[in-house]
This record gives sequence, C-alpha cells and structure tokens, in this order.
Amino acid sequence: MELVLAAGIGVLTASGVWLLFRPRTYQVIIGLSLLSYAVNLFIFGMGRLRVNAPPLLEPGGTGGLLTHTDPIPQALVLTAIVIGFAMTALFLVVLLASRGFTGTDHVDGRE
Amino acid sequence: MLLVLVLAPFAGSVAAICIPTDKGTPAAWLSGGVALFCLATAAGLYPVIASGRILRYDVHWLPELGLNFTLRMDGFAWMFASLVTAIGLLVVVYARYYMSASDPVPRFFSLFLAFMGAMLGVVLSGNLILLAIFWELTSIVSFLLIGYWHHNSHAREGARMALTITGTGGLCMFVGLMLIGHIVGSYDLDVVLSSGDVIRDDPLYTTVLVLILLGALTKSAQFPFHFWLPHAMAAPTPVSAYLHSATLVKAGVFLLTRLWPVLAGTDAWFWIVGMAGLSTLLLGAYFAIFQQDMKGLLAYSTISHLGLITVLLSLGSPLAAVAAIFHTMNHATFKASLFMAAGIIDHETGTRDMRRLSGLFRYMPFTATLAMVASAAMAGVPLLNGFLSKEMFFAEAIETHKYNILDTVTPYVATLASMFAVTYSLRFIHSVFFGPQPHDLPKMPHEPPHWMRAPIEFLVFACLVVGIVPSWTIGPFLHTAVKSVLGDATPVYSLAVWHGWNLPLFMSVIALVGGVGLFLIMKPYLATSVEGPPFFRRLEGQRIFERVLVTLSWKWARSIEMRAGTRRLQPQMRILVAVAVLAGAVTLLAQGFKPAAIVLRSIDPAFALIWLIGMICAVGAAYQAKFHRLAALVLLGGAGLVTCLTFVWLSAPDLAVTQLLVEIVTTVLILLGLRWLPKRIEDPNDPEIMTFSTRMRRLRDLATALFAGLGMMILSYTMMSREAPDTISSYFLERAYSEGGGTNVVNVILVDFRGFDTLGEIAVLCIVALTVFALLLRFRPATESLETPEQQRMQNAFDDEHPHRNTGDSIAEYLLVPSVIMRWMFPVIGMLATFLFFRGHDLPGGGFAAGIAMSIGFILQYMAGGTRWVEERLRIHPLRWMAIGLVIATATGLGSWLFGYPFLTSHAQYASLPIIGKIPLATAILFDLGVFSLVLGATVLILIALAHQSVRAPRAQLIRAARAAAKEGS
Repeated sequence: MELVLAAGIGVLTASGVWLLFRPRTYQVIIGLSLLSYAVNLFIFGMGRLRVNAPPLLEPGGTGGLLTHTDPIPQALVLTAIVIGFAMTALFLVVLLASRGFTGTDHVDGRE
Repeated sequence: MLLVLVLAPFAGSVAAICIPTDKGTPAAWLSGGVALFCLATAAGLYPVIASGRILRYDVHWLPELGLNFTLRMDGFAWMFASLVTAIGLLVVVYARYYMSASDPVPRFFSLFLAFMGAMLGVVLSGNLILLAIFWELTSIVSFLLIGYWHHNSHAREGARMALTITGTGGLCMFVGLMLIGHIVGSYDLDVVLSSGDVIRDDPLYTTVLVLILLGALTKSAQFPFHFWLPHAMAAPTPVSAYLHSATLVKAGVFLLTRLWPVLAGTDAWFWIVGMAGLSTLLLGAYFAIFQQDMKGLLAYSTISHLGLITVLLSLGSPLAAVAAIFHTMNHATFKASLFMAAGIIDHETGTRDMRRLSGLFRYMPFTATLAMVASAAMAGVPLLNGFLSKEMFFAEAIETHKYNILDTVTPYVATLASMFAVTYSLRFIHSVFFGPQPHDLPKMPHEPPHWMRAPIEFLVFACLVVGIVPSWTIGPFLHTAVKSVLGDATPVYSLAVWHGWNLPLFMSVIALVGGVGLFLIMKPYLATSVEGPPFFRRLEGQRIFERVLVTLSWKWARSIEMRAGTRRLQPQMRILVAVAVLAGAVTLLAQGFKPAAIVLRSIDPAFALIWLIGMICAVGAAYQAKFHRLAALVLLGGAGLVTCLTFVWLSAPDLAVTQLLVEIVTTVLILLGLRWLPKRIEDPNDPEIMTFSTRMRRLRDLATALFAGLGMMILSYTMMSREAPDTISSYFLERAYSEGGGTNVVNVILVDFRGFDTLGEIAVLCIVALTVFALLLRFRPATESLETPEQQRMQNAFDDEHPHRNTGDSIAEYLLVPSVIMRWMFPVIGMLATFLFFRGHDLPGGGFAAGIAMSIGFILQYMAGGTRWVEERLRIHPLRWMAIGLVIATATGLGSWLFGYPFLTSHAQYASLPIIGKIPLATAILFDLGVFSLVLGATVLILIALAHQSVRAPRAQLIRAARAAAKEGS
C-alpha cells in the first residue's frame, strides 16, 4: 500500500514540477493542480494508511488511534482541497485576462 | 494618577483629531485644557514626591517576559514631567495665535498632544522596554510634526532625516536596553538602578554603553549626529520651541541622566560621552555664529547647549550631575522663549533671514526686550539663570576628574565655547532689533497679540527670578530631582549668585569680553556672508547622510536586483523548486536520513491497478497540456478521481466526497475557461523544438522534476512506513463526541475545535471569489476567441441550409434529453446537498461538501438552459449568499461571548423533529450553515462570472459592430 501510494505521489510531483517549468500558462495551471494532489496525499499520508477505520465514532462513545484513523491530516486536507479549488479558479481567470491583455499565453506575457 | 497623567494627552489627541479641520480654536482650548490638567496633576503629586517617595503604578502585561506596564515617578521624573506639561501649556497658548487658519490646526494639536503623551511616557516609564516603546513613539510623532507642512519639500526631507537618525539610534538603544535586561535579569527600572556594579563589571558593558549612547546622542543631536536638528527647523515654530528646545532633544539627556548611576564613572563613559559632548559644545557654538536663519542659529545653539549638558554628565562627578540637571531646566526656559520670539518675528515680518532684518526694536519694543533678556540668559550674563548653571559648569570643568588630555582641555574648550555663545547671542539681538530701518520686508512689522507674547513673558520672568533668587525659587525642586538621581551621593552645592572672586567668574569675564570683541570683529563679515561657517560649509553632515542613503537604498539595491533578480517566471520557478529540493535533501541527509527498506508484501492488486491508471493520467496530462488542452483536462480529472478513490479506500470518506465534488466543479470551471483560450496548433516544423539549447533546458527541467518526484516518493514512503508518533489526534478522537457533540471527528474539528481556522479559510475563499468576480468585470477575452465557436457555426450553417429549420435548432435538439434530465436533477441535487449538510456533524458530509454540491446543481441549470433562461426563472445572488454566510459564521462565534465563553465555543444538543427523528443541533451546525452559504455563494459566483462572458462578449461585439456601422453611415 505505502509503496504504491508513495510511487503515485512521486509521479504526481514529477509531472507537476515538470509542468511548472513550462512556458505556457495552461501548463502551469495543470501542473499546480497535479502538485496539489501530490501534496494533499502526502499530508494525508502523515496519518498513516488505514483501511476500514474512518474517524466516525459511535454515538456517545469515544475513539482512539487504535480503532480509528488519524482525523487531523484529514481535516487539514479537507480545507486544502477547497483552497486549492479557489487557487485554480483565480489562476484560471488571471490566465484568461493575461491572454486577452497581452495576446499570448506565455507566462511572462511575451514570447 | 500616573496612568491618568500619561493617558490624558493621548485621549486628548484622539479627541482633537475628531474636530473638523477648520475649527482651530476649540482644538486649542482642548489642548490647553489637557496640558493644564496634566500640569495640575503633576503639581498635585509634588508633596508626595518631595517627601522622597517613589510613586509606582503596575499593570501586568507580559509578566513571563518581564514586560510590565510600569509607571514610576521620582523627583527627576517629576521635574521632567512638569517641564513637559508646563512648556507644553505655554506653547499651546502661543500656537493658538501662531498657526494660520488655513492650516489643518486640529491635526497639529492632535499630534502635539500625542507627542506630549509620548514624552510623559518616556519620563515616567518604570520599565526599560516600555521606555523604548514611548521613545520610538516620540520619534514617530516628531516625524509627523516636523513634516506638518508636508507640501513643503524641506519639511518632508527634514522629517525623514530626523526619523531616520533618531529611529536608528532608538533601535540601537532598544538593543542596549534589552542587553541591560539580560545582564540584570529584569527590565524594572528600580532593579536596574540598584545594580550599577553588576552592569559595569559585565563583559557586555562596553557594548551596552555604545548602543545606549547611540540612542541618546542621536536623540540629543550630539556630534556627529547633530545635523538633523537644523533641518528639523522646517517645522512650525511652536514645534521647534517645544520639541527642539525643551523636550524631544532633552530625551537623550534625560536617558543619560536616568542611567547615570548605572553606566557612568568608567573610562569608556568618560571618553565617548566626553568627546561627543566637547566637540558638540564647541562646534555647535561655532556654527551658530555663522547662521543667517534665526531658527538655524537657535538650533545650533541648542546643539551646543546639549553638548554642555553631555560634557557635564561625562565627568562622572555628582556635582557635575547637579549642574547638568539644573542646566537642562534653564536651557528649556530661555531657549523655548527665544524660539517663540523668533517665531513672532517670522510671523510679523515674513522672514527669518538676519541679513534682511534690522532695527525691529522700534516696531516691537516689548518682544525685543524679552528676547534680549532671554539671549542674555543664553549667553550666561549674571543675574540670569543661564549664568548660574554656566558657573557650575566652569567650576566642574576646572576640577580634575581623570588625569588625561581630555580633562585638561575641558576648561579651555568651555571658555572658548562660552565666548562663541556670547558672540552669537549678541549677533542675534543686534542684527534683528538694532541697526537701520528695515526695508523691503514682506510684511509691515508690529507687536503681536498680547496672548502670543504672554508665554514668553512668563518664561523670561522665570529666567530672571531663578537667576536672582535661585535658592528660593528653583532650589527645592532641583534638590528633589537631584536627590532621586544621586541618592545618598547627593553632594552639598550652593545656588548662590555670588561665590566671591574665583576662577569660574574670571572665565565668565573672559568669555563675555572675548565674545563682545569677537562680535565686533565679525560684524561686517556676518552682515552679508552666506549661510554656514567658513571651511566647514562644505563638510555637511546632511550631504554625507544623503549620499549614504542613496548608495544603500538605491545604488546597491539596484545593482543587486540587476545581478540577482529576474522578472521572468520560469527562472523564478526553477530557483524555487531547486531551493526546495536542495533544502529538503541537504537537511535530511545531514540528519542521517535513511530511507525505509522496501517491503513488497500486502499490496492490493486493485489498489496498485488504480494507481497505475493514476500515474498514466498524470504523465499524460503533463505530456498533453501544451497542445491538447481538453485531453490534459480529462487526464487531470482522471488523476483526481484516483486521488478520490484513494481517500475512499484509506478511511477518509469526508475527503473523498469533497474531492469528488471539487473535481467536478474544477473541470466545469476550466472547461468554461477553455472557451476563451484560443487553440494552440502543433507545428512540427517549429524551429524552437530543434535548437540545442531548448533541448538542454528541457533535459535539465526533466532531471529536476524527476529528482523532486523521486525525493517525494522516498520521503513519503519512509514516513508512511514508520510508526506514527504520539500526536494530539487522540485528544480529538476522545473529545469529539463528549465536547463537540458529533461523531464525525473531521467535521467536529473543522466546525468546532478548529473553527477559527475554518472561519479564516472561508474568508479566504470569499476574497478569492470577489477577486475573480472583479477581474472578470473588466475582462477582455483574446481577440481570436471572440467569434462564435467552430462547432456552433457548423450547426448554425446546417440549420441555415435547410429551409424548414430555424437557426439554433440543432443545439436545442442535440441537448434535448440531457437538458431535461439536468432540469429534473435540480431538486434532487438540492435534496442531496441538504442531506450532506445535516449528516455532516455525525457522518461524512458537512457544509463544504453540501455547498459545492448545491453549486453543481446551479451550474447544471446554466448548462441545460443557458444563462438567460436560468436567470429569468431563479433569483441568484451569490454575493448576498456569501455575505450571509460570513455573517452567520461570525455571529455564531460571537454568540458564545454572550454566554461568557471564548470566541466560537459551540454548544451541542439533539432536537427531535417529526418524521425525520433526532437530529444533532449543536451551534456548530449554525456555523456550518455559514460555511455552506459562503461556499455555495463563492463557487456559484466564480462559475457564473465566467459563464456570463458568453453573454457579454457577443453583446459587446454587437455594440462594436453598431458603432462601426454608425461611423460608416456618417
């Protein structure tokens, strides 16, 4: 499990970083999205991988790390997903405005 | 009482700024009232202080760091406080008549009171850190006061210079004070004052001394930091009279005296302070002779007198300290009155240039007489207060304190400087009030209003009374002040005017006679000479200062930017990633990082297969993003779905739900955006691909990317295969139900335990949505993408070819079935969102997921029916929803204050509803409702703002076409 997920994180990171270096704005947006998947998964992995142990308690009961997975990375990632969406939206609009304004989709606004 | 004393001016300052700008008189009354009140308060405290008690007022602020809000008043602080308030009161009266009605007078008085408060804070601080804070405050307020006439470039430059120099000195002093705190172990002034030996014996003593002296000497305009004071004369004259004679510049001397028992007496003190003081004393007096500006002359004279006080303090003998304190008071009285007199002359004649002024005695005899008496005090003429402290200074200068050259030359320098003082005093009086009738003055001079002169009358009266009967007037107050500084070491001193025929008197006579002689020799030269002393004219501190500033903040900054900076994004990104990768790798390897051994067991083939697809999607997206944007988007979505499945698999249902919904919205969003991004056609013959340097660059980027990916892989694998350390997670798991009232721990963390973070996060979302909205309001799409898309054109062409079809039929028919389904989906999605919202506290779901789900419902309607169709039928106000959401979330948080709990404390309870049954009704659900509303509003706003472009752009095109047609027609 860990190895597969780690490899996945690695490939997502590599693809994201590669796109980050590209000169076209659209590439950078896709790259940032891929990179944010990788980062989210990495943070999520901090809580270690558990199957069938969601952090849902019995009503009235308490839980522990023996029976439930770690809720903190999940809470962090949940907010990260929403903020990531907001970031993508903002960059997309900046991309469109820059394309309309400069007439090119190069990241520096000129070829 | 002390607290009232310090706070009253600040309160008055706030009140004064609220007065309309054209109402100067009420502001003056208010300031006068505050100053009078403070003076009365200080006077009322005198009996207690005179009995030798020290008043203290303590408020615990950060006791762990030894930082308390401590006010402390002893005799010395009392003397300064009275000086600050008394002169303040007089200057207010003066300023009432000086300030012109066209200036924003309330602002002046507001700043004036703020300065008074800061200065009182400095003298009454009982804690070193507090003292530093008030000290900085005086620098800042004096900056604003000097730059009061900010339309004048001299005022701006003078203000900036004063702030730069005193501010830098203040920072040095702050470090020095912190070091003292470190040595002594306390910032409390009482503790510090009683541990002088500890400080003097500490190895850090020299450092402390230099740092604190930097602060004090810059503030008191001592050589070589003196040059800011003459430039600060661009301030209104009341400011000069108050700040630059009586108070602000005395702060440095105050600090030296305050810390005198702790720091003084060593060789280092003697040399540094003595050298600075002596050179300032002499140079200040010398420069003063050659000034043509009245205020410039007074400024250099102030510098010289401050030098005199500094020399006295440097000597390290108790008697010299007495003289220093005494001269501080005397100088404040005569110099403030002289500044006011100079201001009156400026005000009534319109010029301060002594080459143009002459013979004013016949126009303003009263003012002239007052100025003459004050100048005589400045020159040290007998029967005036300046004479007494000067005699004490001479007596101390003759005494031998240390056997070295500096001590030997002191009496000669003192006599010479005193001679210069006589010369410039004479010059001031003679050139302004005597001589021939003035001609071509800007205004016809006459006596000022009586109340404008009253403060000078009072001060000159004080000079006279103190000068004639010192022991009856100033004696007791001086004794109280001296006693509080020197304690048991207070020497026996005499304030008598006549001490018999002795050496100091002889020196005074030499100075007087020599000064008069020098003046007679210099008179013809000075009547026409240019500003500034001969030889030293070119060696201006100001120029050096400006040159240093320009070099530091402009030349060096530019050259660094030229060499190390780039405005291109790609190199920045490369540097950023490279630094991140290196920082990670180097620190890990330096700490002896060992990657975990690879274990191949327990791999679920299904999971592996999912991720194989995920990796292919990621690499594919990276490969296709340049020319096949839609394909890249689809592949990106694939990678997102794999991420989502991973969350499902690994016990994170909340994340999976949110990820899935966000994935949908992101895809829709980028699809909407792609409409406005012109196609990029792949050109196999593009020469750019072929060049060697391009290939090398790509190879380098690929290597970096692979390295980063590999690093992340090793890092995450090693991390995940280790045992989890003990974290605060178990705390949340244990308390989620009992304290948060919910069984979904992730949701409880978000809306309850860490609700404040969530509040901040939704605020960010709100800001982003508004930014997107604002950016799109003035959006101009790429010109290539303006026309109708290719597919639509083909469909319309098909419709046009067939006579029985109307334009637009194809699209309607093509999407008929999906659009009906999409319309039907709206209530279903609404139901789903409600469901997700209500189960959120106990089961996967919550405000975030529900909000995004609901926004998908809305965007589906847009896709099915088109923008106009939807907005005719539904009222969509995303901005209002966002506002309501933010208000609900904040109000829920504030609500807990009503019950006496901290911000965002939640209350959990279950309520029974008919049919549905028990639902959790924690106040957290209200907060979550705010989150829901805001997320819904933000998402819909972003999506709709983009969707609206397809309505706006054709409309804009129509308008443009109509305009073009109109132009052709005409």
